Amino acid sequence: MSELWQLSATEIAMRIANGEISAVEVAEAHNARIEALEPEINAFITPTPDIARAQAKAIDERRATGAPLPPLAGVPLALKDVICVDGVRTTAGSRILDAYVPPYSGTVVHMLADAGTLLVGKANMDEFAMGSSTENSAYGVTKNPWDLARVPGGSSGGSAAAVAAGMAPIGIGTDTGGSIRQPASLCGVVGMKPTYGRVSRYGLIAFASSLDQIGPFARNVRDTALLLNAIAGHDPKDSTSIPDPVPQYLDGLDAGIDGLRIGIVKESLSEGTQPGVAGRFKDAIETLTSLGGEVEEVSLPSFAHALSAYYLIAPAECSSNLARYDGVRYGMRADAPTVSEMNARTRAQGFGDEVKRRVMLGTYALSAGYYDAYYGKAQKVRTLVIRDFDEAYQKFDILVSPTSPTTAFKIGEKADDPLAMYLNDLFTIPSNLAGAPAISIPCGLAEDGLPVGLQIMGPLLSESLLLRAAFAYESARGPAERPPL
Amino acid sequence: MALTKEQVLHVAKLARLALSDDEIEKFQRQLSVILDHAEKVMALADDGVPATAHALPLSNVFREDVAEPCLPQDKALSTAPESEQGRFKVPRIMEDPT
Repeated sequence: MSELWQLSATEIAMRIANGEISAVEVAEAHNARIEALEPEINAFITPTPDIARAQAKAIDERRATGAPLPPLAGVPLALKDVICVDGVRTTAGSRILDAYVPPYSGTVVHMLADAGTLLVGKANMDEFAMGSSTENSAYGVTKNPWDLARVPGGSSGGSAAAVAAGMAPIGIGTDTGGSIRQPASLCGVVGMKPTYGRVSRYGLIAFASSLDQIGPFARNVRDTALLLNAIAGHDPKDSTSIPDPVPQYLDGLDAGIDGLRIGIVKESLSEGTQPGVAGRFKDAIETLTSLGGEVEEVSLPSFAHALSAYYLIAPAECSSNLARYDGVRYGMRADAPTVSEMNARTRAQGFGDEVKRRVMLGTYALSAGYYDAYYGKAQKVRTLVIRDFDEAYQKFDILVSPTSPTTAFKIGEKADDPLAMYLNDLFTIPSNLAGAPAISIPCGLAEDGLPVGLQIMGPLLSESLLLRAAFAYESARGPAERPPL
Repeated sequence: MALTKEQVLHVAKLARLALSDDEIEKFQRQLSVILDHAEKVMALADDGVPATAHALPLSNVFREDVAEPCLPQDKALSTAPESEQGRFKVPRIMEDPT
């Protein structure tokens, strides 16, 4: 019989609803798992065992009254520490917010509580979600559960590692350039970036506002669909959120992909892709073909240029968003005789290396005389990326690529080479620029024994289709491999 | 393009970052490499291509002008490093004239 921490979200919710197990037992099993593994993994900045226990108790009491339970009742959840929870320290992985206790909760926090989830902890991340390895966290790197000498990816590395290691069956991350999909790939779990605006960002600490999106992590596609349903929807408090109604993502999940037109992005088959990644991707294509998918290569010439546009757009937006950390309204304050010196010293002491680098880059790209040459041009390249996608979707229903060109790399390996680190996001960034949804699902292990992710991309609001394709693939391939923990 | 030290200092001032000499030297080098990489690609976008600021066809999102509950003053001030009489308190704004 499986341990409680091995169960999927679907199974936990079902067994609690049946009365086979209690929510408190589930909370304690995961709290214990976190306590045992945290010294090695460091997936959390702030574990919240008491909150999980209290939420579990409320679920058990509700069940005892015979009242119907919400869809994720009693399911433990890891929440990326970039989303505000009223009364719970929220750092965004930064020293500058080390003592920040938000006076309000984000919309998704309310929705997740209403759905019955148990908050087991605030998960580690690259500072302000800038990074692809969690090495930029002010609270230490998270270790990959598959190999403790390697990174879990990032920026949502803590959430991905927690889900992979059985500290929680589901997690929440944010994805600005691949920050859900890339760590999902490197940790061997499912991660989805929904359409921009599908999930409210009220209460999310902003990085790049035209790109940021909240999304789900899970160990299988069904749980991913359940969790997406719990957080998707319009929110009057977020003017960028989409008013369209939210479908039931479980409906038609098992309808298969017979006749689906699938485009392989030619630009993702470059020489820079690790042979083991290319090999597993090829296997995945065969599986999709055997399921009735009509697979063909398609060229998106701007795919390779999206990275450069992103690394001007995201820093420009971040330099503007992070101007709020001035030592006045929240966060740390350095001592200084005047307010302008206080601002500059606070930011110098509070921000880490990568955040400073991007604030500098973005400030430069927006400064007088350079705006048109950098930010303006990057926004035009963004249009080219969108046009390439639009054209591809004339002929194809979905597009596929590897999620990341490599498997998990060693801690420290790319830390001193920003450009090499940025290349991690080569295949994930185009979907962010287009605002479109994309999912990463495990597709086997590479020659180094580490997990590889298959990325499935679709047009705006095609979440149901992506989940259906991912579910068909997952069902054909069988359950994903689990780390040896 | 290679950034000069003066440019880096100017940007640091605009960004309100009190950088160390080591950081200035490092960012001068690293930002030049990143910008070089970006410039190659930027050449693709000619004047005929419109800019995209936002990927969704959403604009001018309005609501009725009706007041709704918001954070009370004491909660809004609860995270401030320093506050006084219901206000955020900061160090002196004017430089010392002497």
